[in-house]
Amino acid sequence: MSTIDSAEVVRLAGLARIDLTEDEVTRLAGELDVIVQAVATVSEVAGPGVPATSHPIPLTNVFRDDVPGETLDRDEVLSQAPEAEDGKFAVPQILGEDA
Amino acid sequence: MSDLTRLTAAELATALTAGEVSSVEVTQAHLDRIAAVDGDVHAFLNVDAEGALGEAAAVDAARAAGEKLHPLAGVPVAVKDVVVTKGQVTTAGSKILEGWVPPYDATLVTRLRQARMPILGKTNMDEFAMGSSTEHSAYGPTRNPWDLDRIPGGSGGGSAAAVAAYEAPLAIGTDTGGSIRQPAAVTGTVGVKPTYGSVSRYGLIALASSLDQAGPCTRTVLDAGLLHDVIGGHDPRDSTSLPEPAPSYADAARQGAAGDLQGLRVGVVNELGGEGYDPGVRDAFQKALDTMVAAGADVVEVSCPSFSAALAAYYLILPSEASSNLAKFDGMRYGLRVEPSEGPVTAERVMAATRGAGFGDEVKRRIILGTYALSAGYYDAYYGSAQKVRTLIQRDFAAAFEQADVLVSPTTPTTAFPLGSKLEDPLAMYLNDVATIPANLAGVPGLSLPSGLSDDGLPAGIQILAPARQDARLYAVGAALEALLLQQWGGPLLAHAPELAVAR
Repeated sequence: MSTIDSAEVVRLAGLARIDLTEDEVTRLAGELDVIVQAVATVSEVAGPGVPATSHPIPLTNVFRDDVPGETLDRDEVLSQAPEAEDGKFAVPQILGEDA
Repeated sequence: MSDLTRLTAAELATALTAGEVSSVEVTQAHLDRIAAVDGDVHAFLNVDAEGALGEAAAVDAARAAGEKLHPLAGVPVAVKDVVVTKGQVTTAGSKILEGWVPPYDATLVTRLRQARMPILGKTNMDEFAMGSSTEHSAYGPTRNPWDLDRIPGGSGGGSAAAVAAYEAPLAIGTDTGGSIRQPAAVTGTVGVKPTYGSVSRYGLIALASSLDQAGPCTRTVLDAGLLHDVIGGHDPRDSTSLPEPAPSYADAARQGAAGDLQGLRVGVVNELGGEGYDPGVRDAFQKALDTMVAAGADVVEVSCPSFSAALAAYYLILPSEASSNLAKFDGMRYGLRVEPSEGPVTAERVMAATRGAGFGDEVKRRIILGTYALSAGYYDAYYGSAQKVRTLIQRDFAAAFEQADVLVSPTTPTTAFPLGSKLEDPLAMYLNDVATIPANLAGVPGLSLPSGLSDDGLPAGIQILAPARQDARLYAVGAALEALLLQQWGGPLLAHAPELAVAR
């Protein structure tokens, strides 16, 4: 099994879109390495013949009648947004400089 | 009438129906209790006195007008802050949702409102339900009413402490790996994690969608059954909600309270209760088990060998699902938005800055662990393997329930530990849930009730597990054991808790 060092934490934090301080990176690298070693034992427990379970209770697809329901009130929703404009969410520019 | 906050929900319901007290009196008594002790306990993140008293007055008026009311109408309830409440701030214990007012109600909240139960407020919890002590709340920990220097369990420490400190007769919790049962055990109260799908997840801020389940936190098994009856049942808004009708859990508890366990096969799980469990916790468990035997139960030892891998599987499945569920906190539609201190202000960089500032240590830890487990090259070894372990655990349960009607174990390995003592060691913190996690992985229901005092004078819990959809069996057996133990003790275990200092 691989280990989690600081460079790996920085890579993962980038994937997860979380800014971390240098202190956080160092601390997480140590902690996650211990945790990953502990949980890595799962790969030794089940053989290839065991099917995976994604859900505790077996599921079948659920359909409902196609009838209009109630929706959330737009103004109520937007009142809780960090920024709104003209009845819409206002967001920062979505493309970077190099795009 | 004597102190209304010491009555059970069932007693309050009877008194309200008989017109001996008003809902305003009952609700005000609990608000007064909150004002008196919650400065120390910190079970609540916010209290809605106006809303609760308004509903109470409306119930009293409806009763006076002769309207037919739900049996629990007018009985107040507290709700864990991971459950959304329209018009009432909901944070899930996180800074990233500070001040957020949801525009809708969770289905279980709709059902509380339909039963006309005044909602006292929202209870404290580990951030996004990640933790076993409430110390990961962004708003400070809850304290255990038995000893204010100790943890109340988690993640639902607020709900358990609220009922243990008589601040609410009933509370709602959620249980992903033990967050209802473990706090119940360490506060001397009762908690039930229903069968997966018994209670709608619509409006629960999701942690791990294949594990999360809401349920009751109370002081008695009957009260838990009464509350489960209100919030359970099919909901078309949750595709994992069980469609079949459920029996009354309160009825099951009432029938069980006769205390007859003749012919009940009780399976003691070998893997839950040996090494790593405090001797005092084991003794209390053994005495409870002996009590069941004296009432006619037959004990069988069962082995669930795959349970030893449950903790590892859980700490791969939960972070994986959480890393996906929490991706919605992007600073765009609700909650916090933080702009990066330097460089271009793009959506992606705002998202990273927001999450860096808004998430606490444990949330960051688990999201990054989940991102790792799901990332290219590791998926099969980690997430895939963990899902196979889940199959093995389900097979263990199936085999065990061939031999036994219910399974039992101590709910937790230890009693409440001092605040701060496990914060620096995440792995030690995770071990608190070792006995409760298998039920979540398999979807089966579990109930914790007090088993007695450990040698340190703090409460311990016994966990009862039943097959999926057999929640009624938990209430029947739990109520029987509770009645027998109360006879032995001469009253509830909670009577041994020290009286809290009352603020004036």
